[in-house]
Amino acid sequence: MTTYFTKDHEWIRIDGDIATVGITDFAQSQLGDVVYVELPEIGKALVKGDEAAVVESVKAASEVFAPVSGVVEAVNASLTEEPGKINESPEAEGWFVKLKLTASDELAELMDEEAYKVFVETL
Amino acid sequence: MRFLPHSEADRGAMLAKIGVASIDELFADIPARLRVKGLDLPSVAGEMSVERTLGRMAAKNVPASSVPFFVGAGAYKHHVPASVDHLIQRSEFLTSYTPYQPEITQGTLQVLFEFQTQVANLTGMEVANASMYDGSTATAEAVLMAHRVTKRKKAVLAGGLHPHYRAVVETTSAMAGDAVVALPPDPTATEDILAAIDGETSCVVVQSPSFYGHLIDLAPIAQKAHSVGALLVAVFTEAMSLGLVEPPGAQGADIVVGEGQSIGNPLTFGGPYVGLFATRQKFVRQMPGRLCGETVDAEGRRGFVLTLSTREQHIRRDKATSNICTNSGLCALAFTIHMTLLGEKGLGRVARINHANAVELAEMLVEVPGVALLNDSFFNEFTLRLPKDAAEVVEALAARGILAGVPVSRLEPGRPELANLLVVASTEVNTVEDRTTFAAALQEVLA
Repeated sequence: MTTYFTKDHEWIRIDGDIATVGITDFAQSQLGDVVYVELPEIGKALVKGDEAAVVESVKAASEVFAPVSGVVEAVNASLTEEPGKINESPEAEGWFVKLKLTASDELAELMDEEAYKVFVETL
Repeated sequence: MRFLPHSEADRGAMLAKIGVASIDELFADIPARLRVKGLDLPSVAGEMSVERTLGRMAAKNVPASSVPFFVGAGAYKHHVPASVDHLIQRSEFLTSYTPYQPEITQGTLQVLFEFQTQVANLTGMEVANASMYDGSTATAEAVLMAHRVTKRKKAVLAGGLHPHYRAVVETTSAMAGDAVVALPPDPTATEDILAAIDGETSCVVVQSPSFYGHLIDLAPIAQKAHSVGALLVAVFTEAMSLGLVEPPGAQGADIVVGEGQSIGNPLTFGGPYVGLFATRQKFVRQMPGRLCGETVDAEGRRGFVLTLSTREQHIRRDKATSNICTNSGLCALAFTIHMTLLGEKGLGRVARINHANAVELAEMLVEVPGVALLNDSFFNEFTLRLPKDAAEVVEALAARGILAGVPVSRLEPGRPELANLLVVASTEVNTVEDRTTFAAALQEVLA
């Protein structure tokens, strides 16, 4: 499995043609305590850059953008009851959606872990 | 003393700035028939003369308290104890602007919390917000909320919904690009609401008591709505009815909205009023408006804070579920004080008096030759079919010093089949003498 990152602080983990999407540890630390999550409908087709979810902290409501195009295969419904998972385990249990990739060539435009680390240090 | 600080030149500059040529053009959106044609006032007069002139003009109105009064159809004349007005005028309540800061507004916040509790209990729901502007806009917000919850965009409005509420829902939905299926007016309560609900329906909006006064059994409608994944939005314009009828929440409603004016608030020419909005806990994140919550401070002391509403205005911003940006705080306070003074038993007692008065009035009026009652059931309001145009009858009765009700044609213009229908309300303020006078005068007018 390969993990990619975006400049909007999403991570995307690829397993075959399924991509799991979440936000990075850096993003959750910037947001503060997450209190609410809005998830998309299963079956919804997303184009790269579309709003895939909304994450609301005590300070702000932010979009989670689709890092690549795909169709929503699954959503992490447990976040509705336990949005705190995003703070506790942003890059594992706190995932938002699973997308079935429709344009896997878009992955080439994303950063790997090393590049993302360098990017975050510039902020 | 300069009463008009703007000169002709100032006004001309302002009109030019926004690109209209005259004041008349500025108000062109208001239909000409509704514009004042000129009051024929002298340009200068002494204070006593002004008082006399304006007093004479004001005396042309017939105040609701001066004559037998049977007008309802969305706004009701009830007795409001003097203590309500006295208490809401305490400066801590009357002058407080906005209760954002819990450090200094615990009293206001606690009132909102109590208000929400009362509304939730009254409607049989789990959670209520800190009030909306009025019943009609609360209904429109309920439809938008149902669309968010169901992710569908087709609302069905029952034919017993108040025509003004229907119009507000239609306007708001049109702006949101949503569909509204408004069933035709339903004076006899025989419409088949169930048949209008299908798999694309987001919500079905049903008023009970309806605009025509009928009490509607909401349970089968809730059942049908739920079976296709739609919500039931229950509406009321007469909050006092909830002192007697089974709460909409107990009948399966998902969102309950209505007008709270009847409790604690006078008629005041139609506003400001207080919209009530309640729903199930599972939908609280999609509820518009303000919500006041109970919590503890750092030292464990009980306290109240606005919650979710601040999320709407300060955090979610363009993602907010609603554009409502305040609540009817003072009207909600009046509601809460009146409800507190009444208590559960008191509310039930006033509601029973309302019903009894209305039943007695209906029995008197149907004795008048040619008059038919359309209702099998009602709370304090019912619809009569008269042998002639209801608006003309109302005018004739007004000339005899009786405000007899609302002709349906006033709210449903362009529907000749409704022209003879009259909606009549009778509350606890009507006396036996009022009712007898009304019945006798109606007989005279129809003779």
